[in-house]
Amino acid sequence: MNTIFDKIWDAHIVRKIQVGPDVLFIDQHLIHEVTSPVAFLNMKQRGNKVLFPDRTIATPDHNVPTIHQDQPIQDVESRMQVEKLRENCKIHNIELHDLGSAHHGIVHVIGPELGITQPGKTIVCGDSHTSTHGAFGAVAFGIGTSEVEMVLSTQCIMQTKPKTMRITVNGSLKPYVTAKDLILYIISKVSTSGGTGYFVEFSGQAVKELSMEGRMTVCNMSIEMGARGGLIAPDETTFSYLKDKERTPKGENWHQALMEWKNLPSDENAVFDKEYVFDATDIEPMITFGTNPGMGIKINEVIPTEDNPSFIKSLKYMGVVSGAPIEGIPVDFVFIGSCTNGRIEDLRAVAEFVKGKKKNDKVTTWIVPGSKEVEKMAHEEGLVAILEQAGFELRQPGCSACLAMNDDKIPNGKLSVSTSNRNFEGRQGPGAKTMLASPITAISAAINGYITDPRTLEK
Amino acid sequence: MAYDKFNIIIDSAVPMPVENVDTDQIIPARFLKATERKGFGDNLFRDWRYDSENKLIENFPLNDPKYNGKILVGGKNFGSGSSREHAVWAVYDYGFRVVVSSFFADIFKNNCLNIGVLPVTVSESFSLEIFEAIKKNPTTKLEINLPNQTITLLETGKSEAFQINSYKKENLLNGFDDVDYLLNMKEEIIAFSK
Ligand code: SF4
Repeated sequence: MNTIFDKIWDAHIVRKIQVGPDVLFIDQHLIHEVTSPVAFLNMKQRGNKVLFPDRTIATPDHNVPTIHQDQPIQDVESRMQVEKLRENCKIHNIELHDLGSAHHGIVHVIGPELGITQPGKTIVCGDSHTSTHGAFGAVAFGIGTSEVEMVLSTQCIMQTKPKTMRITVNGSLKPYVTAKDLILYIISKVSTSGGTGYFVEFSGQAVKELSMEGRMTVCNMSIEMGARGGLIAPDETTFSYLKDKERTPKGENWHQALMEWKNLPSDENAVFDKEYVFDATDIEPMITFGTNPGMGIKINEVIPTEDNPSFIKSLKYMGVVSGAPIEGIPVDFVFIGSCTNGRIEDLRAVAEFVKGKKKNDKVTTWIVPGSKEVEKMAHEEGLVAILEQAGFELRQPGCSACLAMNDDKIPNGKLSVSTSNRNFEGRQGPGAKTMLASPITAISAAINGYITDPRTLEK
Repeated sequence: MAYDKFNIIIDSAVPMPVENVDTDQIIPARFLKATERKGFGDNLFRDWRYDSENKLIENFPLNDPKYNGKILVGGKNFGSGSSREHAVWAVYDYGFRVVVSSFFADIFKNNCLNIGVLPVTVSESFSLEIFEAIKKNPTTKLEINLPNQTITLLETGKSEAFQINSYKKENLLNGFDDVDYLLNMKEEIIAFSK
């Protein structure tokens, strides 16, 4: 009578410490240029080597420019970090998907593409959105740099087992309501701290009906409700996505793996420490109005009122007013991309939507593919041509304006509608204001020049 | 890596009574470009300490000379957001050893314990009392007693117990970290991996 989470976690405990954490074995480790250099440096100081180099893959994503990737990185510090990553991978024999290579991209986009992300695995990365990989029925979560060092040198971390939560979404999503709206809705109900201490399993018809891409969007943002991670039981959707991916088992091993994966889902009478149930038909296109991802409303609602000082501070920062509608607010920037919504399906949805429409000249729009593979497919499928016809262009892969470590920064005081996952003060650049939404809602703003319910544009 | 051992700290505190302080505020992303752990303290709460012209925002608590000490008292849901350990490095390197809040985000708390910052979770009412006491007297002292697991407002003697698992407590008292522990069980780990 176990949950999928318990099954995976328990199978990876190397040692249980009384009144302390579990020593947990990590199957797959992902690293990038920002949170790994100090870990390598500490290892060097302690005289340690990487224990299992073939259980780590690396890619530079956070810092990289999204134009002219064939040229040296202009920003000196960014270049140094990327070079450090190259150097460390070389010294320690770690597989690197470097800038420009076939599988370069945001670490949480390339893992699934390569087929490295698989059901039943424990996966960690020095990045909170590692939760993305939970979409495959893996236990995946973000860790700090000290833990990156632990995984590199011992393939283990020490953590106390979180409690379990199940969020069930019954019914089907309405047209133009996407996985992003689903998760923004959930966070608005559960709050940004409601998941703290829990590992969340998403289930119910609306979740089952999501594609793998949609499931990744949902699990990606489970961290935004404070949860340690989120996951979804593997099923036929998962298996058909993984079949024939470069790193998935082949032949007899595939059948063996399938048998194991099919045993993973939570037992019917498994007990969760906490449960939430929602109805998919209550969900509309969502958008955030404040400075944390829990401050989301339906796009046709007005901005709420609260007399809490943190809430008031947040509205002041955003320049929005309680009681006013959010639709119609003028927009300066639109960002489509990130590990939340930078996958091929997102670009397909956007391209499909902009057909026959035109970009608004007042809005700067950055469309950034999550990976080289996504970029390639977007070209092959003719999506880029459609986007260009509507006045949009496709940049090169990376985290980009999601956290604005590269040059893709929203200027001070400007408002951006973004498909990424965080609307914190200054997240997209000092003084930048961010509203989170789905790719379709974001592109609607890029077409009209103001916050727009996509359903009104389609009519 | 090695940090100063933790035992009892008696000091004044810096108040930060804002809810949902996220790690992007504690250390903005543009300061994550270092390849060594150096200089993070200078950029702690950078965009709340300085305005867009790089001028000191005087009434921000860290800039206010009346507040001092190794203890940072934050509002509810402190440290949410990114897993960047840089946020805790900034807190430590600035000179804090303790962060007090009525609610911590998970990864932040974990990162604190890994580098020798003690996260102390107090009840909401006690957190308000602490803010009130500091407001009345900015030099009011708090005692953080790790061996006894208590936090005390010395002026009033009001005290509360806090939780920490005994493994992590031992680590902090001795300045050990998890890497040391794990390295000692390498053989066991290799056997497990097979
Ligand atoms: S896209 Fe954004 S959230 Fe995702 S890994 Fe990059 S910086 Fe983090």
